[in-house]
Order: sequence, then structure tokens, then C-alpha cells
Amino acid sequence: MRKATVAVLFVFFLAGAPASAKKELVIGISQFPNNFNPMIGSMLARSYILGLTRRPITVYDADWKLICVLCTELPSLENGAARHIVTDDGKPGIAITYTLRPGLYWGDKTPITTEDVLFTWKMGRNKAAGAGNYELFRRIFRIDVKDDRTFTLHLDKRNCDYEAINGFQLLPAHLEEKHFKDPKEYRKRTAYDTDTTNPGLWFGPYRITQVVGGSHVVLERNPTWNGREPAFDRITVRAIEKTSALTANLLSGSIDYIAGELGLTLDQALAFEKRHGKRYRFVYKPGLIYEHVDLNLDNPVLADRRVRHALLHGLDREAIAEQLFAGRQPVAHGQVSPLDVMHNPDIPKYAHDPKRAKELLREAGWTRKKKGILHNAAGKPLQLEFMTTAGNKSRELVQQAMQSQWRQIGIDVRIRNQPPRVYFGQTVRRRKFTGMAKFAWFSAPRNIPLTTLHSSRIPSDSNGWSGQNYTGYNNPRMDKLIDDMQVVCEPEKNRALWNEMQALYSTDLPVLPLYFRANAFILPHWLKGVKPTGHQYPSTLWVENWRVEK
Amino acid sequence: MLRFTAGRLLESLAVLAAMTFVVYILIGLMPGDPLDLMIAADPNLTSADADRLKAIYGLDKPILERYGNWLMNALQGEFGYSRSYSRPVLEVLVPRLGSTTLLMGVSLALSLAFAIPMGVCAALRPYSKADYAINMLCFAGISIPSFWFALLCIILFAVHLEWLPAGGMETVGRGDLLDRAKYMALPVLVLTIGSVGSFTRFMRASMIQTLRQDYIRTARAKGVGTARLLTGHALRNAALPLVTVVGLSFGNLFSGALITEIMFSWLGMGKMMYDAILGNDFNLALIGLLFATAATLLGNFLADISQTALDPRVSFASREAER
Repeated sequence: MRKATVAVLFVFFLAGAPASAKKELVIGISQFPNNFNPMIGSMLARSYILGLTRRPITVYDADWKLICVLCTELPSLENGAARHIVTDDGKPGIAITYTLRPGLYWGDKTPITTEDVLFTWKMGRNKAAGAGNYELFRRIFRIDVKDDRTFTLHLDKRNCDYEAINGFQLLPAHLEEKHFKDPKEYRKRTAYDTDTTNPGLWFGPYRITQVVGGSHVVLERNPTWNGREPAFDRITVRAIEKTSALTANLLSGSIDYIAGELGLTLDQALAFEKRHGKRYRFVYKPGLIYEHVDLNLDNPVLADRRVRHALLHGLDREAIAEQLFAGRQPVAHGQVSPLDVMHNPDIPKYAHDPKRAKELLREAGWTRKKKGILHNAAGKPLQLEFMTTAGNKSRELVQQAMQSQWRQIGIDVRIRNQPPRVYFGQTVRRRKFTGMAKFAWFSAPRNIPLTTLHSSRIPSDSNGWSGQNYTGYNNPRMDKLIDDMQVVCEPEKNRALWNEMQALYSTDLPVLPLYFRANAFILPHWLKGVKPTGHQYPSTLWVENWRVEK
Repeated sequence: MLRFTAGRLLESLAVLAAMTFVVYILIGLMPGDPLDLMIAADPNLTSADADRLKAIYGLDKPILERYGNWLMNALQGEFGYSRSYSRPVLEVLVPRLGSTTLLMGVSLALSLAFAIPMGVCAALRPYSKADYAINMLCFAGISIPSFWFALLCIILFAVHLEWLPAGGMETVGRGDLLDRAKYMALPVLVLTIGSVGSFTRFMRASMIQTLRQDYIRTARAKGVGTARLLTGHALRNAALPLVTVVGLSFGNLFSGALITEIMFSWLGMGKMMYDAILGNDFNLALIGLLFATAATLLGNFLADISQTALDPRVSFASREAER
């Protein structure tokens, strides 16, 4: 009996051992960052890894709420930390004061101070330095420093989202200043890329201790981190580009976890779950990635709003989402995610209604049917070109389902896909698609659709093809709403503007909303606390909450 | 010999110069610069930002001017900075070159070690059961798509049997010789299976022809044993076509194997050049491609020298006359 008890206890101990003894985590992602400087470039793989090593001053949390991370309190007009000012050239501006949390240290024990704030600002606003978020730093025309921890930013424009300075990524002045003597060369000389394992560059729960370019990054505990103690001694982030190799590595135990931010596509994850569902925990998080179809409104057929409404009534998006994505991707009715605090649920929605679609097309003059395709009085067939990225299996499957559904209401849709480089670099950007272009937008919470819906942002030769209003949508009311949304900040008035903007978008339908893309997180059962955000700020920003549990 | 070498060198330099121009222009003409894609994907970037970034990355000048600048710098030994790796080109290239040469070198050596005896064995008894079996293996090796075979190997050896790692180059924090050998095993297997078939077929065909020669018949009539006949008389002549093929494959030693590298996350030249071309990383793509071209030219040159060494009838004078 005693022997049996000991044996049972031994087996129990062994079963529990892997989880409790787990001190290293290996994460698989599908991309390797091309640099590590938080201010240069905008690669998701880099944000993912840097999330383990550093923190922004402010950020949206997993509940899409703006929070202070390095600061003590979000500034507001109410608490007096934000106040309206007039700039030197007479423009309305705003001054916002932040105080850094006490006890912040770089990994080499140098305190994080307003010196770092000033250096970051100097680098960010230097045109030659190559900061990705230049516009934020250009808008800050002055910084007043009160002490080592308190500083006031003076912005030359009043915006309602003034308190969010998520792009202000602190750089260590004591290490980077010397590389910034020639701003043009800074990009090449920054210690983030020439001396990446220098502990003084990092201040998060982990610091980078090894980088093998293209392969993996090793991170170890940062002794100067004074937040919650993270669970793992070491985290290795491995980049495996081929998703079939990524899953094979997971199955073989070479990696523990496939990150949703940069892992498998939804269809791949669903197929993997069917075969290995019991071995892992699958979390599907829909978020900000908005799949949609841009309609070229210069096309006379699509310029008719009734045709646009008919196109959406003719689609059974619920069935597509259910059949192809097991219902994991919610159908989109507008461009604002339901997770966004500004989401308006009371906007016009377009259920699958082929009868109504046919009525609308008839009203629009598409009355005669020949060989199943509608024609107008002049004998012109209702024919539209439909483009997307060639080689993206998931998109192409949805595209074929849509083509088939539109065919049933008499619309002849011709598919012409292109490789992503040509499609995004030329066709979409220069509005060379004649009918419909399917792709996705990745924005931020509370993102005002200035560049996608304002008439001043229609790309053309005259403006150097800048702007993302690829549909050519031009509605003065929408322009006014967008202009006001930026400056009318009283909560109720601002929300009313957001509501009207979303309703107008759904009424005018310059774009056919499809769904919000879901990221698939494939986790081991013992890993708890990973909270997908659904927005551009990765789950690694809260790595200290990750835990090993049986 | 000297005249032959000098001629070959000049020829190679001309090819390399032409290559730089063609590759630079072709990459430049590819639509959708990644910077454009970045600008298109980020709703917050303005046209002024786009112009600023283009100026920073030197993409605001006409392509011929950019090529001229690159060439002048390259001639002074300044190969530039890799845009996609944020490092000087040589710093990126040299480690990749080392790992590719190791992988491809081991694979080539193993391929030859298997192909030569298998080819000889098949040629000794053509259309026998052994010949059919070797041929079948060769055709299987040639026909199996490398990505599929790689995946199969990963599933079998890494997932089910758990004998070998699924990918990577070494265990983090270890990296001794045994550890690295374990990581190399599967990519080497896939590459070897892929190339051993064609080498065996070359060897077999060449050996069959050689064994039909009069001098072999004479040697047999004189009572020379099979082993002596093969090693002393036939192999040397039969190896000539194989030497040419191996010489042509020499460039692969440095240019890598894209699919195998991707499947096994092996950091080699193939993947690096592929990414550099797609990412419009001019400096890295150019130097990588030039290196592969130079290696191929060098391989040809070495094959020529080896042929003269193996076959006394082939002289440098006759080679020059051929040119």
C-alpha cells in the first residue's frame, strides 16, 4: 500500500513537473524584425518583441481603454494637466503635462528621466533621422521640463485624442545621444541595431541578450524592472516564416506557443485545431483588421448608390463567415469595430436579401436579363471587375464565394487578381482598379477616418498619390463630420459626430464591409494570462501577467 | 595557362559588370516599392512623410543615378547598408555565406559519395535488378518536391519520432558540434536526396559509355580485374562529365537553397537574397547575386582545370582554341 502511494505520488509529481518547472518559453512568430529601434519603421514583429522589453508612455489596453503606463495620470482639461494655448504664430494649440512614474530605470540602472524625453523628441522631429511617427513629433513644437520626471508638451493643434502619445517611445539619451551627432547616419549607428544586447536600451520585464538575425531573439529577465515579476527566466522568440514549418515546430515541442499577432491565418488555425484541438488552447480574437471591398466611385455603375446597396444585399456574409471561418470572424456592418468605444450599433445594416437586391438593380435601370446577366436599356451588361491579392488563399476563397452570390442576382463579376506588390503598390494606390478592390485596413482604436473618407485625401497625380481615399468618395457632409470630430471634444457632442459619421458611411456605402479579421492564438494549456488585444498594441506589453499553471 | 586564366578573368569581370547593371535595373523596375507599401498601409503617413522617407532611403533619385552612385561606392569597397537588416551588407552576408557553404558543402560531398558508387554499380550491370532499383531511387529523388519532402521529414523525424529538431541552426545556449550536426541532419538529407539522383544518372550514363571503349575491352582481355579496371582506367574518364556538372553546381554552394532554407529556418544565402530582392534591398541583393555569379564562374573555371588534370588530351591551348 505504501509502495503504491509512493508510486502514485511520484507519477503525480512527474505529471505536474513540466508545468511547475517551466522557466523558459519559446514563442513562434512568422516574421523577423528588420530593426530594433522603437522609433524607426513600423514592423509588427518588432513591436511584438519590443513589447517584452519596454513600455510606451500611454497605450490602449486589452479592453481598448487608454491607460498610462509610464506616466502617473492621463492629462485632461478637467484635471488641469491639459490646457488650451495659442501658439507663437497665433494658432490654437494645447499644452499637456505628464509625470513619469517613480522608480523607472534603464537596464543598466540609469534612471529614466526627462532627459530621455527631450532626446526622443529631438530625434523624432528631425526629418533626416527617419522616425516613423514624425507627424506626432512635428506637432510638438516645444517641451518644458519641470524636473526629472515632469514635462509639458506643447502641441500646435487641438485634437480630441491629445492625451494619447502612444507613439512617443522613449530612447535612452545616455546611450543614443552620441550616435545622433549626424542625424542622417543615426539610422545606421543606433545602438538598438549595433549593440542590441546592451542592457541600457531596455527597461521592460525582459531585456534582449542574444539576436541571431532572421532566426531568433533571446530575452532574459531585466533586474531593473520594478513591476510585477514575470514568470519565465528566459523567453525565446523564434521566427519561422513558413506556417507549415511553424506548426510542425509546435507539434515537435521546439516552440511552445504560436503568437496570434504574427502566426497562422484563421483558416490555417481552424484546420490545425481540427487535427490537434485537444493538445492546445485556441483563442480567436477579432479586432481592428477590417476586411472590405473598396468600390471605385468613378465607375458610373458603382456611382449609383442603389447598385452599391444591391451588391451588399446580394451577399450572404454570415454564411461565408460560417462556412469558411467557422463563425470566428464577425461580419462587419461599418468600419468601426464593435470593440471600439466609439462603435455605433444603430447604423443601417444590409441583410442577405436577393429579392431586395434585384429590386434595387431594377430601379437603377438594370432590367433586362440575358443568359442570367442583367443589362440596361442600352444593352450594356452589368459587369464589374473584382480584384484582390493573388496567392492569399483565404481572400481568394471569399472572393469566389462573393462572385457566385452576385451571379445569382444577375451581376457578372470578373476576377482579376495581382501579386501584393503590384496590387498595393500600383493598382490600389493609384486607383487603377475599375470596379472593386478587396483588402484590409489596420487602424487604431478611435481612429478618425480622415485619410480614407475625406475628399481631400483622394489620391491623384496632383497630390503625389497621397491619401487612402481610394474609392474617390466625396461627400461634403462627411468632410465636415471628420473635420469636427477632430476638434469638438465634449464627450456627448463628439460621440454624436461619430455616430452620424458611421451612419452616413453605412448609408452611402462607398465601401462594402465584410468582416473584422480574427487572430488565432495557439497556446499550451499550461500558459495562462495571455490576453489578446485585437488592436495594434501586442499582448507582450502585459507579459508580466503570463503565468504557468497546470 | 596564364593567358587562359587572364582571358577567363576578363570575361568574368565583364559578366559581373553586366550582371550588376541588369540586376539593379530589374529590381528598380519592380512595381510596388516596400516603402510605397508601408505608406499605403499606414493611414497616418502624409505625402510629405513619404517624400521624407524616400529621401532618407535614397529612393528619390532616378534609377540610373542611383546605380552610378552604387557602382562608384562598390568599386571603392563600400558595399553599403542593408535596408532590410539595418546593418552593413558584409555583416549580413558573411555569416549567411558560412552557413550556406557548410550546408551545401556537406550535402554536395554526401551526394557525390553516394552518387559515384551508385552510378558505377548501375553501369556495371545495366538493366539488371540493381540498375532498376537505383534508377527508381534516382527518379524518386529528382521528382519529389523539396518542400513536400522537407515537411515529411519534419513530421516523421521531429514530430513523431522526436529524434531531430524541426528547424533552426542550433539549440539556444548550446551550439556545440553535435548539436549543430543534429540541426543540419534534416536539411542535408533533403538536399542530398534532391541532388544525388541527377549525379547518379550522369555517372551511370558516362560509365556505360566508357566501359564500351576499346581500351577497356583491351584491358579486360589482358586480364585486369574489375576493381582495377574501374579505378585505374574507367573512373577517371567517366568522371569528366560529372566534373562539368559539379563545376556548374559550384555556384549553389554559395547561393543557397531557398525552399530548404525556408522550411528548416536555416539562415542561408538563398533566403537572404530572396528577401532582399522582394524588399528592394538593392545593396544586399546585388552583392549576394554577384557573389553567386562569381562562384558559378569560378566553378566553371575550376571544372576546366580539373578536366585538363583528369584528361591529358585536354590542354589549355585546346581550351583557348575552343573559346
